[in-house]
Amino acid sequence: MLDISTLLNAFPGYIAQGAIWGIMALGLYISYRLLEFSDLTVDGSFATGAAVTVMLIIMGWPAWAAMIVAVLAGMLAGLVTGLLHTALGIAPILAGILTQIALYSVNLHILGNKPNQAVSVDKYDLILSLRTVNEAIVIALIFAAALICAFYWFFGTEAGSAIRATGCNPAMAKAQGINIDFCKVFALAVSNGIVALSGGLLAQYQGFADVAIGRGAIVIGLASIIIGEVIAEALFSKHMSFWLCLSSAVIGGILYYIIMGVVLWLKLPTNDMKLFTAIIVAIFLAVPYLKKNFKTSFLRLKLAEKKKAKEAAKNA
Amino acid sequence: MLDIKGVFKTFNPGSITEKKALQGIDLHLEDGDFVTIIGGNGAGKSTMLNAIAGVWPVDEGSIFIDGKDVTAMPEHKRASLLGRVFQDPMTGTAANMQIEENLALAARRGKKRGLGWEVTKAEREKYHDMLVSLDLGLEDRLSAKVGLLSGGQRQALTLMMATMVKPKLLLLDEHTAALDPKTAAKVLEITDKAISENKLTALMVTHNMNDAIKHGNRLIMMNEGKIVYDVSGEEKKNLTVEDLMKKFSELGGHFSDRALLG
Ligand SMILES: Nc1ncnc2c1ncn2[C@@H]1O[C@H](COP(=O)(O)OP(=O)(O)O)[C@@H](O)[C@H]1O
Ligand SMILES: [Mg+2]
Repeated sequence: MLDISTLLNAFPGYIAQGAIWGIMALGLYISYRLLEFSDLTVDGSFATGAAVTVMLIIMGWPAWAAMIVAVLAGMLAGLVTGLLHTALGIAPILAGILTQIALYSVNLHILGNKPNQAVSVDKYDLILSLRTVNEAIVIALIFAAALICAFYWFFGTEAGSAIRATGCNPAMAKAQGINIDFCKVFALAVSNGIVALSGGLLAQYQGFADVAIGRGAIVIGLASIIIGEVIAEALFSKHMSFWLCLSSAVIGGILYYIIMGVVLWLKLPTNDMKLFTAIIVAIFLAVPYLKKNFKTSFLRLKLAEKKKAKEAAKNA
Repeated sequence: MLDIKGVFKTFNPGSITEKKALQGIDLHLEDGDFVTIIGGNGAGKSTMLNAIAGVWPVDEGSIFIDGKDVTAMPEHKRASLLGRVFQDPMTGTAANMQIEENLALAARRGKKRGLGWEVTKAEREKYHDMLVSLDLGLEDRLSAKVGLLSGGQRQALTLMMATMVKPKLLLLDEHTAALDPKTAAKVLEITDKAISENKLTALMVTHNMNDAIKHGNRLIMMNEGKIVYDVSGEEKKNLTVEDLMKKFSELGGHFSDRALLG
């Protein structure tokens, strides 16, 4: 039996988790959208953020201080990927995968060679927890809003504009005297710092860090960005301001979790969760492409031809 | 202003695709020289400009700009000395960024990029006035994405970006080749104006011999990675396309058909 009230009861939890993943999507936005660099480091740096936060809190650090260190750890991960790419000439995707794989071991070490570590809200002062889910939603959204404001400011500065130019047209950026290698490394570091922050938030929210907490983070982050974009474009036409782009990434994260919640509620097998995620992301990635290309595709001509032939047959 | 001494560049050395693109280039430019460069496809014209810009290091030889040895200087550091416009209108501007953002990026060439606003209000007004004098109807579209502009508009904008911080040397690589004849003429006119008003030193590659003769005070012809002909002053002014064709066939080269057009 499908009972709508179970879905509704779970809703706040989905919104909270979605908002936390939305923060991750903001981090990914820097690499994926502004730098046009598909950075697979994030699966690892998300878990690094979670692991560092949880271990430091267990060691008696205040949660805020633990999260600052988590951000720095994430930035270090981004720095490594950036240097693998710029200094050693490794292709973006591979550079990210290498760091991600390396981080799996690093994260196990951080977690004291255990696959997971609990951090109970009863014992420690956490910034947010699923125990107080409404409060958790507010806190996650405050983080997201603060980051959106910071992005809006920074990417409107000379330095931020240099990073955007690097992503948009590296040849032009170099001709205008921009050190694109530095821009890439810097942006990847900041991006992964934010990803680690959201990892630290999720670990506190759920009360534990798991070495696999970041598995598939890249896909969830992409899903958030793209679902947000598709919907915002549908609502606000083509002209998207930077505010709207950023906010829609966070909203996309929330929507993604709600969609997943519905999938769970429909009692679709949870083993197939990743499959559904991949299908949903593939669909949302494909929609804008197909929409754009249909007008100029051979398929359209073929369909038109068929239609004509049918009509001719009817008239005959 | 520019000194190139014994520059060699070979692409993919030792492989079957090995290409000796520059084979001993020596070139000296005086302050204010406006040199046009012609030569067949693959003669090494773009490669020479890329060597000056530092797209990659040269194999041998040295390059001085304004007395400064830039041979070991990476591309983004040399950029403060150079203005560049490329053949492909897409190359010189950032399509996803606004007109004013592109201009502001160029205004900071060679300067430190900090946490100040990328475009200030005063700049916005200045850009508006500059675009008015460009007369392409761009002055009221400062916040439009450059990707929406036509090829000619983009090249004119790139030219403005290349010259707004006065470069020691302006590098133009067939920057009108991708444009229709009318637009090409207009962009060339803007080029002439920018060079003479700012008293720039410039190298302009063109495949159009008439343009090569009409513009600038000196003309060089390249073939197989070498400078094979170099004229200036009265001699250059009196050149005809036939002279150039003859000169070229004497050297055993042949121009593609498009060089004959126009
Ligand atoms: N980056 C590169 N890698 C390999 N070969 C190159 C490269 N750039 C130019 N070449 C080759 O060097 C030769 C000279 O090219 P180029 O300078 O572009 O000629 P053009 O005089 O037509 O501008 C050509 O054979 C070209 O294929
Ligand atoms: Mg060329």
